[in-house]
Amino acid sequence: MSAARRLPRWAEYTLLPALNLTVALLLSGVVVRVMGESPWAALKLMVAGAVGTQDAIGYTLFYATDFVFTGLAVAVAFHAGLFNIGGEGQAYVGGLGVGLVGLAAGAWPAWVAVPLGIFAGAVFGAAWAFIPAWLQAKRGSHIVITTIMFNFIASALMTYLLVNVLIKPGQQSPESREFGAHAWMPPMHELLARVGIPFAPSPFNLASGLAVAAGLGVWALLWRTQWGYALRVVGRNPAAAVYAGINPARITLGAMLLSGALAGCLGVNELMGSQHRLLLDFPEGAGFVGIAVALMGRNHPLGIVLAAILFGALYQGGSQISFDLPRINRDLVVVIQGLVILFCGALENLFRAPLAAGLARLRRTGGS
Amino acid sequence: MATAPALELRAIDKRFGAVHANRCVSLAVAAGSVHGLIGENGAGKSTLMNIVYGFHRADTGEIRVDGRPVEIGRPRDAIAAGIGMVHQHFMLVDNFTVLENVVLGSEGGARLSAGAAAARTELQRLARDYGLEVPLDAEVRTLSVGLQQRVEILKALYQRARILILDEPTAVLTPTEADRLFALLRILREQGRTVIIVTHKLREIMAITDRVTVLRQGAVVHETATADTSPRALAEAMVGRSVSLQFDRGAAVPGAARLTARDVEVRDGLGVARLKDFNLVLRAGEIVGVAGVSGNGQSELLEVLAGIRAPTRGEVSLGDRPLVAKGLGPRIRRRLGLAHVPEDRLKLGVVSEFSAEDNLILGYQNGSGWSRGGWLKRGALRLHCAAAMADYDVRPQDPTLRITAFSGGNQQKLVLAREIGAAPSVLLVGQPTRGVDIGAIEFIHRRLIALRDAGVAILLVSVELDEILSLSDRVLVMASGEVVGELARADATEQRIGLMMAGVKGEGRS
Repeated sequence: MSAARRLPRWAEYTLLPALNLTVALLLSGVVVRVMGESPWAALKLMVAGAVGTQDAIGYTLFYATDFVFTGLAVAVAFHAGLFNIGGEGQAYVGGLGVGLVGLAAGAWPAWVAVPLGIFAGAVFGAAWAFIPAWLQAKRGSHIVITTIMFNFIASALMTYLLVNVLIKPGQQSPESREFGAHAWMPPMHELLARVGIPFAPSPFNLASGLAVAAGLGVWALLWRTQWGYALRVVGRNPAAAVYAGINPARITLGAMLLSGALAGCLGVNELMGSQHRLLLDFPEGAGFVGIAVALMGRNHPLGIVLAAILFGALYQGGSQISFDLPRINRDLVVVIQGLVILFCGALENLFRAPLAAGLARLRRTGGS
Repeated sequence: MATAPALELRAIDKRFGAVHANRCVSLAVAAGSVHGLIGENGAGKSTLMNIVYGFHRADTGEIRVDGRPVEIGRPRDAIAAGIGMVHQHFMLVDNFTVLENVVLGSEGGARLSAGAAAARTELQRLARDYGLEVPLDAEVRTLSVGLQQRVEILKALYQRARILILDEPTAVLTPTEADRLFALLRILREQGRTVIIVTHKLREIMAITDRVTVLRQGAVVHETATADTSPRALAEAMVGRSVSLQFDRGAAVPGAARLTARDVEVRDGLGVARLKDFNLVLRAGEIVGVAGVSGNGQSELLEVLAGIRAPTRGEVSLGDRPLVAKGLGPRIRRRLGLAHVPEDRLKLGVVSEFSAEDNLILGYQNGSGWSRGGWLKRGALRLHCAAAMADYDVRPQDPTLRITAFSGGNQQKLVLAREIGAAPSVLLVGQPTRGVDIGAIEFIHRRLIALRDAGVAILLVSVELDEILSLSDRVLVMASGEVVGELARADATEQRIGLMMAGVKGEGRS
């Protein structure tokens, strides 16, 4: 019955997302038109702003790194059958861990401060995910609800800490003092310069390497280990997991801890890599973008890396548009992201059947 | 023939992608007859009937009703042409009354009361004419499965169906209920209605049909008057080679007690006892069959024995090791040699989204052959799966293929390969041949007998009486969560088991 609707694998992973993305961009063009600007000019600005120059590429990859962490966080939970909407809060609290290490670092050598900062970010993020996970596993409280609520709690908690505790003395804005220089993530342009490749300065830093490593690690864990196998069984068929002697509650806890830890690493990129201090609302919605990234990347690490780069480019290119076109503000980025999410996530199947039918017809005429 | 057939299919052809589901199928069903349609799983029976009922549209071919070509693009067209269908899984709204269910889709106006009154009169007439007594104002969920099926039939008749298609109608019925259904079908035939019955049970074909059509790989391979054929000939036509459904097997040589259940009781969330006072001593080298209509405590029994569900009371021991008191779950029980082929393959036995090889280690993911130190050895697993596929004749032999791309029989062979491959001392088997084609049934039965002869203790739960009778050394009959009788192999006949299943006690527990 479903055979007619099945797409070949290559089309599933290339043609369909490309088509969905194109439609989303076309609609965004309509929005730009309505706002009184030329869609074509906007598109050119956006592409140039995202990948036109070295520093543009640097920014794009910097943002993409955030989205890789949060996208992986969503994907790990998703494979265990959990919809973790709390990436935002977990990233925020994870940043607290990163920040505390950064503030305490002082004269610690970099080889102590940096790994410790990463570790603290992961642990704090995991801890923030643990409570909803525990409530889900032991009490059946729905993880969607609890993680959403924990985003608000995280926000309130961090505001309190930044306004009252961590704020740099004698300053108006709620920000901490700067981290010790050894707790800074090395910027890529410096590393590249060291091996003789000139690259324009940007916040693009070594945390991107950590993100790629995390992607590889998640892939190996999910598809090459017993624990990952058990996690996927729980996600796909909890009844079969019980039959197989797998404890779904324990998997739920483990998956959410890992998910929170991945989200918590966002602070490594944002704080240790770029801001070098703890500040209010630094995740800037990356936790939510992670949901879209995971959706679009089909919850596979490779797809997530690609989708994260796309969203990074949208983010960076979109801000370029708002700089240059007076009638358009930064919210257009949100509109475009929304449309991409709409077509790649919610309406993912809209073009599936026509595309499958078209390909089948092509093959039949081509074959005979 | 003087009159045109009630339903005629001419050269119906249907493809789903690469699958050729129906190959130029032509079929004529005489008015006022009961026509049987049989074939293995995947032979194209359901596709054909779904085309007739408008769920699918044929690529080429023609459907004629009473000699006139009709265009059927959706179920509404089929109903208008006088075709009704009773699905294997009933399409009823549980919390509606019988009357509401019957008029659903033909309410006759925005205000329900007028239509309902007219419907009531009409239904009472139908009930009188066909002996289809059903309480019209009862909620459907309070009715037995047999009665729910009558509601479906009543609904089709109410929609003026002259041709009635029944898809596996006896799958959920006790033998007594099935007999009652057949009596009803005979009345329908006498009244001039036409019945098409889709089934895989040869016994039913022989009992009720006038003519029978056999499908194999999407094509009609055999069509005959039922009086001129035999179950064996039909089975051979279905499979395309000779099969033996009854085979010789030696007497069991029961050994030491392997699995013991004492006073096991299971209550559901509402406190209703689903399994009462269950006692069993399962010995090495015997197959104990548990017969009964689906939903009479067998599922709970298997779950308790396998460790998926904790009993409210009682103890289960493996050898002399108590399992319940120690709280040993499925993982430990597996390690102690208790394997389990679950009743509902897709719900429990496999993960639909996983490949064959990934499903081959479900529950055994820590097995030493394909894992070490927490890692899975993909290469070793693939080889292991290929070997198991060859051993169990699983087709296609592709370990990376999604499990749902295999036929039911091949899926079941993989599950068996997994559970038997663990070299268990006790094997729990639920509905081993549900949704499995005849060729695979024979294979699976032979494996189970071979396993018994090798000294494994086997508990077989099945709703198929034939299966119970041809495999079991002892038979326990369950009704309403209780064992209502136990029969030795020699005393176990279909009639005696059937009576016990229907709740007639006093057959004595030996």
